[in-house]
Amino acid sequence: MKKLVYLDNAATTKISNAAREAVLPYLSESYGNPSSIYSIGREAKKAVENARAVVVEAIGATPGEVYFTSGGTESDNWAIKSAALYGKNKGKHIISTAIEHPAVINTLKSLEKNGYKVTILGVNQHGQIDLNELRDAIRNDTVLITVMTANNEIGTILPIAEIGAIARERGVLFHTDAVQAAGHIPLSVSDMNVDMMSLSGHKFGGMKGTGVLYVKKGVRLPPFIHGGGQERSLRSGTENVIGIAALAAALSDAASRLPLTDVVRKRDRLIAGLLKIPRSHLTGDPVNRLPGIASFTFECVEGESVLLLLDGCGVCASSGSACSSASLDPSHVLLAIGLPHEIAHGSLRLSLSEDNTDEDIDYVLEKLPGIIAKLRDMSPLWHE
Amino acid sequence: MSGALIAMSGGVDSSVAALLAVEQGLDCMGSMMKLFSNEDIGESRENSCCSLADAEDARAVAYKLGIPFYVFNYTDTFKKQVIGRFIEAYQNGETPNPCIDCNRYLKFDRLLHRARELDKEYVVTGHYARIEPDVGSGRYLLKKGVDSSKDQSYVLYTMTQEQLKATLFPLGGRTKSQVREIALKHGFVNATKHDSQDICFVQNSDYADFIRQYTGKPILEGRFVDMQGKELGTHKGLIHYTVGQRKGLGLPAAAPLYVCSVCAEDNTVTVGSSEQLYAKTLIARDINLIPFDTLHAPLQVRAKIRYKQPEQSATVWQLDSNTIRVEFDRPQRAITKGQAVVIYSDDIVIGGGTINKIITE
Repeated sequence: MKKLVYLDNAATTKISNAAREAVLPYLSESYGNPSSIYSIGREAKKAVENARAVVVEAIGATPGEVYFTSGGTESDNWAIKSAALYGKNKGKHIISTAIEHPAVINTLKSLEKNGYKVTILGVNQHGQIDLNELRDAIRNDTVLITVMTANNEIGTILPIAEIGAIARERGVLFHTDAVQAAGHIPLSVSDMNVDMMSLSGHKFGGMKGTGVLYVKKGVRLPPFIHGGGQERSLRSGTENVIGIAALAAALSDAASRLPLTDVVRKRDRLIAGLLKIPRSHLTGDPVNRLPGIASFTFECVEGESVLLLLDGCGVCASSGSACSSASLDPSHVLLAIGLPHEIAHGSLRLSLSEDNTDEDIDYVLEKLPGIIAKLRDMSPLWHE
Repeated sequence: MSGALIAMSGGVDSSVAALLAVEQGLDCMGSMMKLFSNEDIGESRENSCCSLADAEDARAVAYKLGIPFYVFNYTDTFKKQVIGRFIEAYQNGETPNPCIDCNRYLKFDRLLHRARELDKEYVVTGHYARIEPDVGSGRYLLKKGVDSSKDQSYVLYTMTQEQLKATLFPLGGRTKSQVREIALKHGFVNATKHDSQDICFVQNSDYADFIRQYTGKPILEGRFVDMQGKELGTHKGLIHYTVGQRKGLGLPAAAPLYVCSVCAEDNTVTVGSSEQLYAKTLIARDINLIPFDTLHAPLQVRAKIRYKQPEQSATVWQLDSNTIRVEFDRPQRAITKGQAVVIYSDDIVIGGGTINKIITE
């Protein structure tokens, strides 16, 4: 079989063993509708509620605060749009950052078209916001602050607990997109001082199309999807029993394996090795970074070309942010941390999981420098 | 096995070109160039993402052929080299042909570079034109497509020897109806799709509106003058006018008036009678010559001054490394600055350039 080194775990992960086992009873035995009264329906209902209890436990929530959704994007949409509606009597001002995921950015843009004002906080070269700037940005009509827990492209972890404390002190709702962080670093909603938090199942060994929105007790969001009354009437639609069971099992399993000390070690080997390439740079926070994310820019090469050549030798990686056509757009995150356009084009993200071996790292360290050198040789921009 | 990177647009021509390249036994990779985002061209982002439907069509064909398919993001280059030049030309009172720039700076520059990076020897496109080696000179010749109604050699005249060597046009020897037949036979999703028309990044063919939106600058009104320089009225801004235009002038006159020239220096549009549109001689800049590097003596050629014009008899002189002079046997109507003049000898493209100056006796 052709060699395959999967280093794009921030895009999606394979289904974890825990998740795979958790779904088996619900495929062709307890396949009932959780809303039905007979036994296989009740079994399915039990699966959903057990899963909810597992998620509650994993994120330090209390029962009644966890809702299942179709993924991180839905959770972000729900949290932000509903919070905007919820607070509309107070005002129409929202604060966010320049490095959020498109699920947040484009939701905010849609609100702007409906008369909301959005303040976007800039970030420093490591992708960190200035907390004083955040304090200054809060106004009397601010109804929501939304800041991601960790960035998907550069791996920077933001000081969510401190941001949450500021929001709480000023009486502003606080949402965090923790899609990239969940299962990779410990998350506790009480320590983080968050009112809402989005998770996505397929970033930690669950299935695509599954997610969670945590909503703190007392925050009374309006319903997001109307219908048969599932998820306490806030998010109707027959529950994705299999996906929910997988998500909970995967999250609990991932949380039990933290901290990812060995992933960090391999990541740091990769970083140290690739920074030996001339004019290569690590992007993101060198200290406060996700265990699995090694992200770089290489001057005078295009990320697209690097990906294609890596693909040619069986290495799966990513660059920029993929749009639905699978083309690569210049990353708003890399521009936000101050990189010029031409350097942002030469970005590469390698994201590890526990499945990656030291041999995988060796393989990339063997192949990538040659690829960069080859592309630079052909580049009219490259001068030694 | 030689490799080929195929420029696919989601249309029938490039799809069949891909098929023929695969059948030729080349190691093929399909690609689509993302050239602009909706926001770049003043369309709402929510309408559709970067002509996603076309990318899906191209991808469907590539996968049917069993070849990989990638979308490459060239929006920056397109913005600078195609949209930028397009706007600049209009602002200079010229009428540009952006398809020529797109071929020159995107397909046979960026994409060719990408092909080399991926160790692919050739770029393949669905153009109706032919490339043939010239045994005598050792050069590559660009020739018209066999289907004269579809011939696209006009928009390819900028191709250099290096580019011609590394390009394949599988459709050059075929007619459009043969190409559609091949597409139907292979069940391509786009077999009956209409040909693309007009300039891809301008919606509704309203160039003036596009330029106003894109630049965000107001368009200055100016004077209409006649051939003697007498003021006839106020025009809405240079970009609204192109040589030969009769409609939309809003000038009362006994006989029909036409735009004869557009002058950016003093922001005037000169109008005149139909007869005054005719001229015999032009100068073209930024030239490219294909069968030879330099034209040492005047040459009898056939030339055309716009894409769909039938060729006319003319004589061409090279003035310096960058310019040629073309003198037609008979006066030509509405020779337009910014358009390309392309010269032929039979079906061979001798070269061409951007029309820079029109000489009226």
